Amino acid sequence: MVTVYVPTMLQSMTGGVKQVQVEAANVRQVINQLEEQFPGIKDRLMEGNQVRPNLSVAIDGEIARMGLLERVRENSEVHFVPAISGG
Amino acid sequence: MTSNIVLSEVEYNVVGKRHLRPDGVDKVTGRAQYGADIRLAGLLAGKVLRSPHAHARIKSIDTTAAAAGPGVHAVVTAGDLPFAALTREELGGDYQRLKFANNHVLAADKVLFKGHPVAAVAAESQHLAEEAVKLIRVEYEVLPPAMTVREAMEPDAPLLHDDLYTSELGQLSERPSNIAAHMAFATGDVELGLTQADLVVEREYQTASVHQGYIEPHNATAFWNADGQLNIWCSTQGPFVVRTNVADILRHPVSRVKVTPMEIGGGFGGKITAYLEPIAALLSQKSGRPVKLLMSRTEVFEASGPAPGTWMKVKLGVTREGRITAADITLAFEAGAYPGSPVMQGAACALACYDVPNGRINGYDVVVNKPKTAAYRAPGSPQAAFAVESVIDEICEELGLDPVEFRLRNAAKEGVRRVEGPVYRRVGLVECLEAARNHDHYRTPLEGENRGRGVAAGFWFNRGFQSSVNLTVNPDGTVNLIEGSVDIGGSRATIAQQAAETLGIAYDEVKPTVVDTDSIGYTMVTGGSRTTFATGWAAIEAAEDVKRQLVERAAKIWDTPIEDVEYADGVLSHKSDPELRMTFKELARQLLGTGGGVTGVSNVDPAGEGNSFGVHIVDLEVDPDTGKVTILRYTAVQDAGKAVHPSYVEGQMQGGVVQGIGWALNEEYFFNDQGQMMNSSFLDYRMPTALDLPMIDTVIVEVANPGHPYGVRGVGEVPIVPPLPAIGSAISHAIGSRMRRLPVTPGAILEAL
Repeated sequence: MVTVYVPTMLQSMTGGVKQVQVEAANVRQVINQLEEQFPGIKDRLMEGNQVRPNLSVAIDGEIARMGLLERVRENSEVHFVPAISGG
Repeated sequence: MTSNIVLSEVEYNVVGKRHLRPDGVDKVTGRAQYGADIRLAGLLAGKVLRSPHAHARIKSIDTTAAAAGPGVHAVVTAGDLPFAALTREELGGDYQRLKFANNHVLAADKVLFKGHPVAAVAAESQHLAEEAVKLIRVEYEVLPPAMTVREAMEPDAPLLHDDLYTSELGQLSERPSNIAAHMAFATGDVELGLTQADLVVEREYQTASVHQGYIEPHNATAFWNADGQLNIWCSTQGPFVVRTNVADILRHPVSRVKVTPMEIGGGFGGKITAYLEPIAALLSQKSGRPVKLLMSRTEVFEASGPAPGTWMKVKLGVTREGRITAADITLAFEAGAYPGSPVMQGAACALACYDVPNGRINGYDVVVNKPKTAAYRAPGSPQAAFAVESVIDEICEELGLDPVEFRLRNAAKEGVRRVEGPVYRRVGLVECLEAARNHDHYRTPLEGENRGRGVAAGFWFNRGFQSSVNLTVNPDGTVNLIEGSVDIGGSRATIAQQAAETLGIAYDEVKPTVVDTDSIGYTMVTGGSRTTFATGWAAIEAAEDVKRQLVERAAKIWDTPIEDVEYADGVLSHKSDPELRMTFKELARQLLGTGGGVTGVSNVDPAGEGNSFGVHIVDLEVDPDTGKVTILRYTAVQDAGKAVHPSYVEGQMQGGVVQGIGWALNEEYFFNDQGQMMNSSFLDYRMPTALDLPMIDTVIVEVANPGHPYGVRGVGEVPIVPPLPAIGSAISHAIGSRMRRLPVTPGAILEAL
């Protein structure tokens, strides 16, 4: 099972639950699984057909390069973290 | 006597050596071509008319007289942007983003900062263009400005945008607000952690708007050909980003926009946004002639992107033994006229140096009537570090703990979970702290009156992103390296070194060239401490591609299976026949007669970037009569992963320190009560000069990044982070009073004494 860390600002939508286990093979499935459990959460994580521009998805500490298509492993940790660029 | 130390783990043949820079001769002889040097047949000079007000409604713009002026070929306003002809319905959910992007380039209904572009003219000469803009009549309704985050966050503050609502991950506030976004993340139980603390310290901090201070002003030359091809020459850290932005704003196909990056006289994050390029393109389209626009220094200060001013609150709980039990942080950063400050980057860096079991960080992105902020070296991290590291220094003083030992007890290391969630892989903060503790500087007591020592740590993520490199083998055995990464700090050399190392040839046999956006695959900006890491990756991959092709060619020449040929240290050899052996150079000579040339190609978006940490020590003396601060000694320690070119790493470290010293002691945008900047020249905006500084000692710690073949992490940003808190703490120790606002000017010190 993939462990998803619910963003702090969205924990009100999960009844205070901070971590959720989902069956998923990629980020798109992770978000769809979250939406099934917590309706409305998808709209907070996504803008249009992609993850919000001020968010990045970190899978096992690695920033996802392929957006929704990025694969997750069976025991992966998924975090939604601030998007970082640089100067 | 400066001391530069490199603590190496692994040695290579080319990587890690101090080679001559390929662009050195052109730069020291003045032959290097910068944006202002562009000369084209029929070139017109442009001039931008800018708002004299920080906040005003534009009631009308009359360009009639300017258009009829002598030598004038074109006048443009926001009405000439394609956006002006589009409706909200046509743009859908993209409307606000495009509106902000367009209005930033040329103001439409409102001006939101002094210096905001309102119109532009192209004329036969600079003088005629400057005279013509004076003929443009703009009628304003002047509005009160909101100049700081605290002012702008007040419920009755003047609103910059009637249609901007606070977004909390997509959930919008009921009423328009200057707070563009609020984001938060947390771990553990902060309230519980605070109850476990023996000491809780809560403090507020402020920092002023500061500029990157790059020596070369912004410039852009554009030629919109009759066939629709738009060519742009400019000073930028990211030609592909300029291409995207220009295509987006002008609604022109990206394939019809070619951006040629000229040599760049500094950027530090400030040369990513396209300010002049879309205006020059519009003027060229309208006039049918190439148009060059140059910013003056005043325009650079008033109308490019400074680093944000901030307000911050930090609450830390610690045990008597010096273990952090909880942290609660609020950061509010000025975004400038449009949303997009680096507040969440600052938030993610704020506690990054430490293992914090219970942490909560709230960040607010706040629009104010100042130029839209831009990136500046480790955007957001220096300000956040000033607040957090200053509290830690107070705690160490209160508990009588050594500041390096305190940091070692709490240091982030492999396996530690960050407050925003992910777990660290191999990082080198502990090694940096140990190197600082063992350094002669730290072991030498500071003596004398009015003197103080400060210590601080800093963090930056470092990033990957997309890069492309082509390598073509020449008949003489040299290699042309084509890249899209603008060379700001010596990256031609560091990329060439990685290609040479991988090919097993000498450094000076690789000739790097930075090319335009038509001539290489997509390459992200030179920034984010990514270039030596990611474009280096691309060079390694391209070199591997060359090696594969050379093995195939050798097999073909020797009429043997590919599996029988191996490539090592620049030599191709048959695995079982010692007679069959060729050097890289010998095979290169034969390529054209045995099937044609060889070009290795690589387009990468590498994962595996390694985080960077730095630890700085500063000694300084305060003159109690004048408040002047003299830096006596400065040592910067940093984990570079592998320093591909140690001299350039040292240069990055020293340069970051210098800019950090300026940020801490002198630099500040001064505004009058109408929101107009009053010190928009280098005479009045006080950056440090060589006369203000001692030599800066460096220690490069090499804890290899396991995510890169040569262990590279990235080095350009983290050295600007620790100087702010290190200097603030050192001054506090020297004068016996805590300084919680930057810059710590002589006036502020005299007031505190």
